[in-house]
Amino acid sequence: MVTAARHQGLGHYAHVAFCVLVFVFLIAPILVVVPLSFNAEPYFTFTEGMLRLDPAAYSLRWYETVAKSEDWLRALRNSFVIGGCATAVATILGTLAALGLSNPAMPARPLVMGLLISPMVTPVIISAAGMFFFYSDLGLAQTHIGLILAHAALGTPFVVITVTATLTGFDTNLTRAAASLGAGPWRSFRRVQLPLIAPGVISGALFAFATSFDEVVAVLFMGGLEQRTIPREMWAGIREQISPAILAVATLLIVFALLLMVIVEWLRRRGAEQP
Amino acid sequence: MTDAQPIRNAPARRRADDAPTGPVYVEFDSVHKSYDGVTRIVQDLRLKVHEGEFLTLLGPSGSGKTTCLMMLAGFEAPSAGAIRVEGRPVDDVPARKRNIGMVFQNYALFPHMTVGGNLSFPLEVRGLDKTAVAERVNRALKLVRLEGFEERRPGQLSGGQQQRVAIARALVFEPRLVLMDEPLGALDRRLREEMQFEIRRIQRTLGVTVVYVTHDQQEAMAMSDRVAVFNAGRIEQVASPEVLYEEPKRPFVASFIGDNNLLEGRVVAVDADTCEVDVGGLVVKSFMVSSHQVGDDVVLAVRPERTGLAPERGMYTNEFEVKVEDMAFLGDHLRVLTTVGGKPFVVKIQNIVGHGGVLIGEMVRIGWATLDCRALRPAEVND
Repeated sequence: MVTAARHQGLGHYAHVAFCVLVFVFLIAPILVVVPLSFNAEPYFTFTEGMLRLDPAAYSLRWYETVAKSEDWLRALRNSFVIGGCATAVATILGTLAALGLSNPAMPARPLVMGLLISPMVTPVIISAAGMFFFYSDLGLAQTHIGLILAHAALGTPFVVITVTATLTGFDTNLTRAAASLGAGPWRSFRRVQLPLIAPGVISGALFAFATSFDEVVAVLFMGGLEQRTIPREMWAGIREQISPAILAVATLLIVFALLLMVIVEWLRRRGAEQP
Repeated sequence: MTDAQPIRNAPARRRADDAPTGPVYVEFDSVHKSYDGVTRIVQDLRLKVHEGEFLTLLGPSGSGKTTCLMMLAGFEAPSAGAIRVEGRPVDDVPARKRNIGMVFQNYALFPHMTVGGNLSFPLEVRGLDKTAVAERVNRALKLVRLEGFEERRPGQLSGGQQQRVAIARALVFEPRLVLMDEPLGALDRRLREEMQFEIRRIQRTLGVTVVYVTHDQQEAMAMSDRVAVFNAGRIEQVASPEVLYEEPKRPFVASFIGDNNLLEGRVVAVDADTCEVDVGGLVVKSFMVSSHQVGDDVVLAVRPERTGLAPERGMYTNEFEVKVEDMAFLGDHLRVLTTVGGKPFVVKIQNIVGHGGVLIGEMVRIGWATLDCRALRPAEVND
């Protein structure tokens, strides 16, 4: 690379500089949260001590606040319960939908696909408002089940897309082979098809989980105090308390998101290795 | 299709009895298949496969042979007609309950399972206990000469080994009927020839009935008891390889099986089972496969290796002076390109003493016997 750069001169440096700028633009606003979360003072800005790298200006006090706060712990619990259940529903429904959509005999495939993906392109505020009125009539507003269903609807498109993508590379002769060997549809799916499309199913599930885990609009509409999730608690934190504790939570979420991305990438590579 | 008429003085080496014996195992009874109601993929298929027989469906791609196999396997349903296995209609039997072994073109091995896992899959489906499964898997691997490969995954095997695993998997649950869809298509030539013998050996060892699909006529000839030649959704002829080669009934079969010179002409005189045909001004004496009248259009089929040089007059019943337009030396024989009655005509001359007189641009006398020239109905006329 170094030799290549030497030979290519100015154009190459401009290219590298541009790429770096794009990365800064994308990532700096996120990364800046990390050092601020270790602030010893109750401010959202870098103190003089922090800029001098004075160890006394840094502390874990906001992490401690979060760990001891009943509200944050409830939000964490809610996020995982709602996210987990919504992911399970979205994964099962999305996988079934993708399987049906991959069948050439299925009529009106583009239409059904469009409908299933629509929650992804509709502004969330519209879906959330619609769900609010609809779920209120059913008595599902301000319940965990209501939020789980709402998040499942928002997460399903991701599962449909990833599983459909995996299925396009799936050799239909394998299910025929399973049938010729005597396997019924369920056994054929469980023993042959599912293991082979598992990378798509799992990465779809992770996206669905991330969708629920990030989601604040639907929770604002439909969640009561008991259904507050982490993003909803952060929203409240910014509006009502302005405590750097939300920076500590943000940092934890960044770490969690990184972990999810590593898992998705690992799965993608594992999927690509298979012939 | 009409049955072959008795042939007198037919070329030697033909099997005395072409019709297979033994009970009928599979029967296609006037089977039609069309996906859109307009394009007919398979038309009025009537075919009987006998128990223990190795029958090949041979034809160019798109001729309907694979569709027939898929209907027999249960992956496609006939649009009309019935398929019977052991005398019972199978139209309502789903593929998984037909108990038919199947070898797919791309093997369709389960990539996430080991060889042992692939082979035990059909046995576990059938609820066999572990010892029985292990015993049968071992036996099947031994049959295809892959002992000790249980723990390998398909991705770690060569094409030929994967092929053997696919065959073992189709046989391990001891079906009495095995279908093979171009199973050797992906292998190189040497391996393909080796596997042809291997598949034949296994089939004879187990005595299973095999229906085999291929577009390779040499493969069909080398392996089959009988071959059904498909063309545009119809069977043109069903016969042993020897009969297909020696006694093709249709121009398509004549040109698809081995080499043949095809000459179009019109019948000018008829005898008991021979006729004289005008081919671009030349009169050719030929054997009639089915009866013809004077004035009928016919196609004459003459195999290049049944023609020869006629240095002296009277060696053959048909002799013509032709110009050598091109020539290729192929070791054991010479391939000479000439024109007969305005049509390209290939003569194959054995590399024996006396062939040296053939030079490009010179005139030579070639000839062939009446019985080596078969007058067939043109392709567009159905029997």
